[in-house]
Amino acid sequence: MDVIGKSIVRKEAQDKVTGRAKYTHDYHSGAMLSGKIVISPYGHAKIMKIDTTEARKMSGVRAILAGEHFPLTGEDIRDRPPLAVDKVRYHGEAVALVVADTPAQAKKAADRIKIQYELLPVVHSPTQAFQKDAPLVHERLGEYTKENATPVPGTNIATHIKIRKGNMEKGWAESVTTVEADFSFAPSDHAAMETRCSTAEILPDGTIKIMTSSQAPFMVKQLIASYFNEDIGKIIVETPLVGGAFGGKASVQLEILAYLGSKAVGGLPVKILNTREEDILTSPCHIGLDAKIKFGADRQGKIKIANIRYLWDGGAYSDKAIDLTRAGAVDCTGPYNIENLWCDSYCMYTNHPYASPFRGFSHSELSFAIERTMDLLAEKLQIDPLELRLRNAIKQGDTTPTRVLLNKSNVGNLQKCIERLRELIRWDEGQMEEINDRFIRVKGISCSWKTSTIEPNASSGVILIFNRDGSINVMSGVVEIGTGTKTVLAQILAERLQMDVDKIHVRMEVDTQTTPEHWKTVASRGIYMAGRALLKAADDVINQLKEMASIVLRAPKEDLKVAESRVFLRDNPAIGLDFADICYGYQYPNGNSIGGQIIGKGNFILRHLSFLDPETGAGKPGPEWTVAAYGVEVEFDRRDYTYRLVKAVTVVDIGTVLNKKAALGQVMGAMSMGLAFAGRETFYFDKYGRVLNPQLRTYRPLRYGENPEYLVDFVLTPDLEAPYGARGVGEHGVLGMPAALGNALSVASGVSLHRLPLIPELIWKTKGGSGNATV
Amino acid sequence: MKMQIIDLHVNGTLRTVTVRFADTLLYAIRGKLGLTGAKPGCLNGDCGACTVNVDGWPMKSCLMLAIEAVGKNVTTIEGLKNTSIQQAFIENFAFQCGYCTPGFIMNCHSLILKHPDADDETIKEWLESNICRCTGYAEIEKAVKSVLEKK
Amino acid sequence: MLPFDFDYYKPTKLNEAVALYQSLDKKEKKPMFISGGTELITLGRINLAYTEAVIDLKEITECKVMKFEGDHLVYGSTLTLTKIEETNLFPLLTKTASEVADHTSRGKITLGGNICAQIFYRETVLPFLLADSQVMIVGSEGMKVVPINDIFKEQLQLKNGEFLVQLATDKRFIEAPYISIKRRQQWDTGYPLITVAALKMGEEVRVALSGLCPFPFRSKKLEDSLNNREWPINDRVDAALAELPRPILNDVEGSSDYRLFVLRNLLHDVLEGLDASF
Repeated sequence: MDVIGKSIVRKEAQDKVTGRAKYTHDYHSGAMLSGKIVISPYGHAKIMKIDTTEARKMSGVRAILAGEHFPLTGEDIRDRPPLAVDKVRYHGEAVALVVADTPAQAKKAADRIKIQYELLPVVHSPTQAFQKDAPLVHERLGEYTKENATPVPGTNIATHIKIRKGNMEKGWAESVTTVEADFSFAPSDHAAMETRCSTAEILPDGTIKIMTSSQAPFMVKQLIASYFNEDIGKIIVETPLVGGAFGGKASVQLEILAYLGSKAVGGLPVKILNTREEDILTSPCHIGLDAKIKFGADRQGKIKIANIRYLWDGGAYSDKAIDLTRAGAVDCTGPYNIENLWCDSYCMYTNHPYASPFRGFSHSELSFAIERTMDLLAEKLQIDPLELRLRNAIKQGDTTPTRVLLNKSNVGNLQKCIERLRELIRWDEGQMEEINDRFIRVKGISCSWKTSTIEPNASSGVILIFNRDGSINVMSGVVEIGTGTKTVLAQILAERLQMDVDKIHVRMEVDTQTTPEHWKTVASRGIYMAGRALLKAADDVINQLKEMASIVLRAPKEDLKVAESRVFLRDNPAIGLDFADICYGYQYPNGNSIGGQIIGKGNFILRHLSFLDPETGAGKPGPEWTVAAYGVEVEFDRRDYTYRLVKAVTVVDIGTVLNKKAALGQVMGAMSMGLAFAGRETFYFDKYGRVLNPQLRTYRPLRYGENPEYLVDFVLTPDLEAPYGARGVGEHGVLGMPAALGNALSVASGVSLHRLPLIPELIWKTKGGSGNATV
Repeated sequence: MKMQIIDLHVNGTLRTVTVRFADTLLYAIRGKLGLTGAKPGCLNGDCGACTVNVDGWPMKSCLMLAIEAVGKNVTTIEGLKNTSIQQAFIENFAFQCGYCTPGFIMNCHSLILKHPDADDETIKEWLESNICRCTGYAEIEKAVKSVLEKK
Repeated sequence: MLPFDFDYYKPTKLNEAVALYQSLDKKEKKPMFISGGTELITLGRINLAYTEAVIDLKEITECKVMKFEGDHLVYGSTLTLTKIEETNLFPLLTKTASEVADHTSRGKITLGGNICAQIFYRETVLPFLLADSQVMIVGSEGMKVVPINDIFKEQLQLKNGEFLVQLATDKRFIEAPYISIKRRQQWDTGYPLITVAALKMGEEVRVALSGLCPFPFRSKKLEDSLNNREWPINDRVDAALAELPRPILNDVEGSSDYRLFVLRNLLHDVLEGLDASF
């Protein structure tokens, strides 16, 4: 059959090119009310007074929520009021919620709510937050309920992850060369094209129905039950197709407001659709980072020691930033074998929008710091940067920062990725090529690795049911966010059952009442976890089919084979039964029937994951490490410091290619996102902590034609635990792009670049430009 | 709130809708006609997800008042039937989440009609109007060029 | 989602539009002329624009013309930028207009709308400033035709109830050598860091700028410095930079110092491209 590897067109393709594909906001009933959020105009301010008198008189207004103490929310630390009370901690924070008959009425009323603020000193960066005399974002940090976090009351530290490995004294003693550097960038945004949208309705019997554009509908159910003490069995969360997510829709926020809105109007259905400005400001963003890296190496360029400090810009509320801080710690060194290691990874509170996961989950961020440092080290040692990476590349037999022993399965082959990169980017032809007096072509490279630091007990389930023609319906809790995972699940099933993939139907929508749970659609873990559950379900189906057939065919199960939607005798395929004959029971010619409908089930839970030791970080944070190598080539103008992206290369050890074009698309799309993050995307803040660019005309993702030519290739080192050996691939294209671009531009401009985004003005400034430009 | 009854020519049919003068074409076709193919992405003319076709030209339906569309021919993604650009988007994997796709296709569709001989520069000029956050644009480029080459 | 309601009028005659404005103004409806109307929507939705009566000028015949009248090329104010580009009668205008917003939006944005915009770039005015064009304006005092350089001071100086009808440009300028460069914070999309448009008339180079200051402008003094052939090129550019109006923008697109750095290079490019003596 060989469906694996084929570029099977995604199952929902027709719907998506005809406008029939439906997203949360496309579901609308006439009775649905509209919720509108009023947001904080400042980064940090006391709420002195909220006056809703005028707003309440507006026509169509059903309810206004403001100033009320709802239960605190937040995943690891309950530090976030659904609506700000007493003070606001970031620009864009929800302060009030208006529920009205129409969106226009809600907006009109929201505009008439008068709020008086008194400004408070703003915490502008994680570095400032870390200082002893910094203003406090949370004065009552010690009083919050917490889990898996180590907040330090009286400071802005939300959590601190320690990695301690080897012997630091020995490491420094063995080093002849050291490099030390700081790196920094502000938060930015996911900018998924579909802004977040949630609806909620509470039925008279107490059933809470939520529809939401989310990567984590099962978490929505769990958290709403837990935050508001609701009966979890009465919460039903539906998620239709999602219009891009990139981690930003893994946080639970708008759902809570929709729920509170509905509750305030006696359970009537309420919809909240983020405007783009709210999606950028109010909903959680892409985390920022201040990093300090110190490496020591011996004469041969072998890195002996690393001392790393990450100050993550978690923003005003810790939510997922606690996990991001942990993920950054467990892979803190990048994909290099460093035996002596000290890393402090802090989640810092600031007066910035708070962070949610972003594609790569801390890894594109830390890779910028690590891989720029690698180039600085190469320069100091006068070793070719590619060679330096080869010499230190992680491999089986090495241990990770959290002391997981790597074997031939749980890590990919980084050396092979680097060698392939060498060819694709024509490294041996030289890093810099002069075009003329002004223009040069310059290449930069980088590497990455990533494991998925997910909850040790995260699980996934799949149910298979038949249609009477023998075709199969797949039900999985994976959300179709654009990655094509559900189509790949159909391929895996087709392969296992050796059947036509067109006879496999996939339920795209998730409904937490009838779809088996898939923890969250994050961390490139869809195929790994749901795929394993699916294979188990497929085996369950095969077993049941054979059982039925063995009775009808009067043959032992062991002699039967399943393929082409049939069960037949291994040595005589002519004798057999179609799925259609037995999937709803078998009927004998006289009408007697046996068996019943066949329902396949499968589940999966990750094996042997463990919590990290609080003092050393030792523990198993994720199942496997995917590795990759990257290159970027730019054409650089030495006069203007402007540049054009010419080529971008990613070589990733993907284990097995399940769907070629889909995999290439994931990698190229991620590269595009990484380059935009590296080259242009950032929040600009003013002294009040206000984000100055909350629109897509000022916050600018890559546009058509700004992209480079993409060169993508795969190395295939199977992960023995994964379906058909496939490793995750959704995130990896992002990870090395900022560093590779930074490395190329640092060489091109002749100055070391330590900040993002890499705009021409940054290069000009780093070159000391402002001194000679004034008139 | 003053409501107005207006006639819109949408996908070849005359439709009567009740709107405020302040309502955009996007709001009218989605909310009043149930044509949800055009997507709100920014409501500010920046992202192109709501692109429809007005008298043959691409139009961001969030930047047009419904009243301004009276007397014009509006085509939405639902009005395209088996066009080669739709097929090309499928074959070339030119979308992932699909949210920007109707807008992108409507823009490409107009481009192919208006400039069947479009060169790289023209294609870039036109397609810069839409944001796709999932792909890196390579697949969209292939899709649109595959149709232009056939013309 | 516009958080206010308005009445909508679509006059077909100039005097009708003028009269409508006057009567609506008297009724305190805060009337607003629109042609493309994009700013009504984008600024209105964030409470930076407000009206209770919209007067749409799109159907007024005089505002839709695009033709040569004798030695002059006449553009109506409600032509969309796309239409102007596609017809391409004035290559400098085509080039400058083609960098505004994006292609689809330019199918809605009009010439008059861009020149009279609240957003301070208003880049399509640059070619007309360079070409000493004439503008036709109508209002309660009737029609008037004025040199654009007399009436465009940072913005078009319209009195209450007046609107731009047409712009007329002498053919000589339309055929003159030109350069138009838009430099952005990064890559090919986004607002300008600086847009420079330049024309060469005889031996004289004319330069107009947008994005440098919170208004577009053409400066005679700056041009005099650039055209001073007695001096070496660097001195000419230095002298030109000393003649800039203030303030120099300092915002998220770029700092004022960086803008000056970019401008210096752009002025070199302009002279290199247009001045044979360079």
